[in-house]
Amino acid sequence: MYDVVIIGAGVSGCAVARELSKFQVKACVVEKEEDVCCGTSKANSAIVHAGYDAQNGSLMARLNVLGNEMMENLSKELDFPFKRNGSMVVCFRPEDEKKLYDLMENGKKNGVKGLKILSREEALQLEPNLSDEVTKVLYAPTGGIVCPFNLTIALAENANQNGVEFKFNTEVMNIIKQETGYLLKTNQGEIESKVIVNAAGVYADKFHNMVSEKKMHIIPRRGDYCLLDKSAGTHVSHTVFSLPEKNGKGVLVTPTVHGNLLVGPTAIDIEEKEGTATTREGLDKVIEASGRSVKNIPMRQVITSFAGLRAHEDRHEFFIEELKEAKGFVDVAGIESPGLSSAPAIGVMAAEIVKDILDLKQNEEFQAERKGILNPETLSKEERKELIRKNPAYGNIICRCEMITEGEIIDSIKRPIGAKSLDGVKRRTRAGMGRCQSGFCSPRTMEILARELEMDMMDVTKSGGQSKLIVGHIKEEIE
Amino acid sequence: MLLYDLVIVGGGPAGLAAAASARENGVEKILILERDKELGGILNQCIHNGFGLHTFKEELTGPEYAGRFIEIVKELDIEYRLNTMVMDISKDKVVTAMNREEGLFEIQAKSIILAMGCRERSRGALNIPGYRPAGVYSAGTAQRLVNMEGYMPGKEVVILGSGDIGLIMARRMTLEGAKVKVVAELMPYSGGLKRNIVQCLDDFGIPLKLSHTVVDIDGKERLKGVTLAEVDERGKPIQGTEEYYSCDTLLLSVGLIPENELSRGIGIEMEPVTSGPVVNESLETSIEGIFACGNVLHVHDLVDYVSEEAKTAGKNASSYIKNQRAKGNEHKINLIATEGVRYTVPKYINLEQMDDNLTVRFRVGGVYKNSYISVYYDGERMLHRKKAVMAPGEMEQIKLEKTKLQQYKDLKNITVKIEEE
Repeated sequence: MYDVVIIGAGVSGCAVARELSKFQVKACVVEKEEDVCCGTSKANSAIVHAGYDAQNGSLMARLNVLGNEMMENLSKELDFPFKRNGSMVVCFRPEDEKKLYDLMENGKKNGVKGLKILSREEALQLEPNLSDEVTKVLYAPTGGIVCPFNLTIALAENANQNGVEFKFNTEVMNIIKQETGYLLKTNQGEIESKVIVNAAGVYADKFHNMVSEKKMHIIPRRGDYCLLDKSAGTHVSHTVFSLPEKNGKGVLVTPTVHGNLLVGPTAIDIEEKEGTATTREGLDKVIEASGRSVKNIPMRQVITSFAGLRAHEDRHEFFIEELKEAKGFVDVAGIESPGLSSAPAIGVMAAEIVKDILDLKQNEEFQAERKGILNPETLSKEERKELIRKNPAYGNIICRCEMITEGEIIDSIKRPIGAKSLDGVKRRTRAGMGRCQSGFCSPRTMEILARELEMDMMDVTKSGGQSKLIVGHIKEEIE
Repeated sequence: MLLYDLVIVGGGPAGLAAAASARENGVEKILILERDKELGGILNQCIHNGFGLHTFKEELTGPEYAGRFIEIVKELDIEYRLNTMVMDISKDKVVTAMNREEGLFEIQAKSIILAMGCRERSRGALNIPGYRPAGVYSAGTAQRLVNMEGYMPGKEVVILGSGDIGLIMARRMTLEGAKVKVVAELMPYSGGLKRNIVQCLDDFGIPLKLSHTVVDIDGKERLKGVTLAEVDERGKPIQGTEEYYSCDTLLLSVGLIPENELSRGIGIEMEPVTSGPVVNESLETSIEGIFACGNVLHVHDLVDYVSEEAKTAGKNASSYIKNQRAKGNEHKINLIATEGVRYTVPKYINLEQMDDNLTVRFRVGGVYKNSYISVYYDGERMLHRKKAVMAPGEMEQIKLEKTKLQQYKDLKNITVKIEEE
């Protein structure tokens, strides 16, 4: 019997896990995919929003501003990339300028610091590639960018290092209320737990509705993105939003924390909770809309496109609470944007709720710090030479686009919650994430995975499950 | 710091031929830096034949062709380092490289030849919508898996793009027992060599659908199928022409891009059409003493031309190192590509430094039948050569003679174009 089972190893689930590990608790995260950060957390704008956007008085607004404040320290504690690059909301017509002022007022009420309206000229000083249509800009210096993979992985690794278990490829099929706690029926057998934290992203309604008559409805709201090569990464230095639209914050143009340029997303409500296929219309819309706020985006430099699903609840609000009708069942649901920004605060809030339910004691042995995968590029030449002398694998470049060494890839596999697939390696090290999109390095990374995990090359996958990369040996099928 | 006369970045066909040529022209200290575990570059995975008809007057496989040059390089006792990645090159020709044994090390070179080759365009560059499952490979990655590692990436294959690697892989996968259902090409003509269409598709009954592209990719984990559609003249899919093909593999052969991240890092001037460096008659980049040849300069159709070009680069690097270049750079002639000609290599000529003969290579932008390659010296047409067929997939060339250029007083521009009559 666990004290707590967290359903979902996305950024929310991992943030809750990490905060809970500050207490003496027997906790476990169950995840249907083969790795952490496989759903909404892996495909989003990678933005730490300033917090002017969410409706004043909402939980979203409160946790966004708090999460934004917490992110910097957290990034140091857990060693993941975060940069406060500042955000801009651009406006194209004088008659819309009032909306900018309204947004600023809302932000001030939310407690966002440093907001100001810039004239076109002032804005161009900061961001010379703003389009000719831009008339005025709301500037939010606290806006930031983060690596969503490394944030989630860091939270998970730190939780694990402090005693939280992780069960992957474990899909919860049913939840049954028992005298004390709950019984989870999974594809890997039964699990009992006193408390359940429902951090299941787009599936959070499914689990909520298993234990509650007050139904919840989450619609996956799909967003298509295009990622551009690093050679386009300095096209803007701030995150440039257009004015919010009915379905979201509109299309943005932003540098990523790794130096690429990201444009997107669209906002299309769909039924399919696994519907992460991009569409022609979506990608065209991204290209068109991004060009409206920022000029001359070199779209020929797109290296990949992808779609993510926001877990949009009908009431457009975060639900972080113990259900009155199902004691011991804690929702962390409706976590759509600004969910990534809010994650550190969501973790604290949910952990507090669980602490009160179970009357948890402090974990005196809690280790707050986690060290990420060593990036040799951050070392001096001398340090790098010394590193290679000690471990020659750091002298062997595997991914030539991102200049990732064999040493880093081995580290990513051997870590506590290590990579098990090409995508797992990619999210942890960036090997395969560059301009050739793993054309050169995938056969070599596959070999390293097979060697380090002592498995057959045939069983190496792109992202777990049935995503096998090769289907046989040559000469097998020749008749 | 290590000192070398000539550092060659890349040990593929271009690097090998450049090294041999430089040594034959008297350069002593030469070092080839190769990132892979053996010399030969991408030729090592090109196990089909058809290489070397021009150079050796016989048909060789890729590894055999590379082998000939590797032998020469070894006989000439030219130094090389394998598994070695060049990390950075500075304007004053300090090369920073890295490998397992020596760690990070620096080399001061008198001259450098860039011969890094090219990479394949990825799915992202085409912005093909759909899911992102396993089973979508660039043709070259699949070629490596099959020919070098001995693995089959899939059994039911659709190929997008009729570049040569895609065509070769259509045949290769078929020979290994896979079913290649169709090759789709966005353009109304193939991007590959005519002989490859005949030998790799026609001979195996594999249909080639021109003016078609992939409009959707199906399958969340492993590829389940793709949807093809016909495209209009502007390359936009035509509604109602969609056709679904079940398959577990999609190979992309949609173009090659010279791999010039190092060149850009040095600050070399680049040519947007080729994505390679701008070079003069000596194949010298905008930085004196740094030369480029092979697919890093512009994508070639035949390796024989790569070798030929590399030989020239090696010889010119040798003259530079030995300070034997003709003096003077007074008379500069621009080469202008227009009307059907997409680019020329080189882009300009320093007449004083030009050899007696110069080969100018270029590609055309469309399919031309019974048309003429025309060369104008300033306003005057000096060459008018009829060709039955010209296509973007095949490289064209013209030869210029130094004496003729000298005779033409104050020649400023040489224009190369395609004329119908």
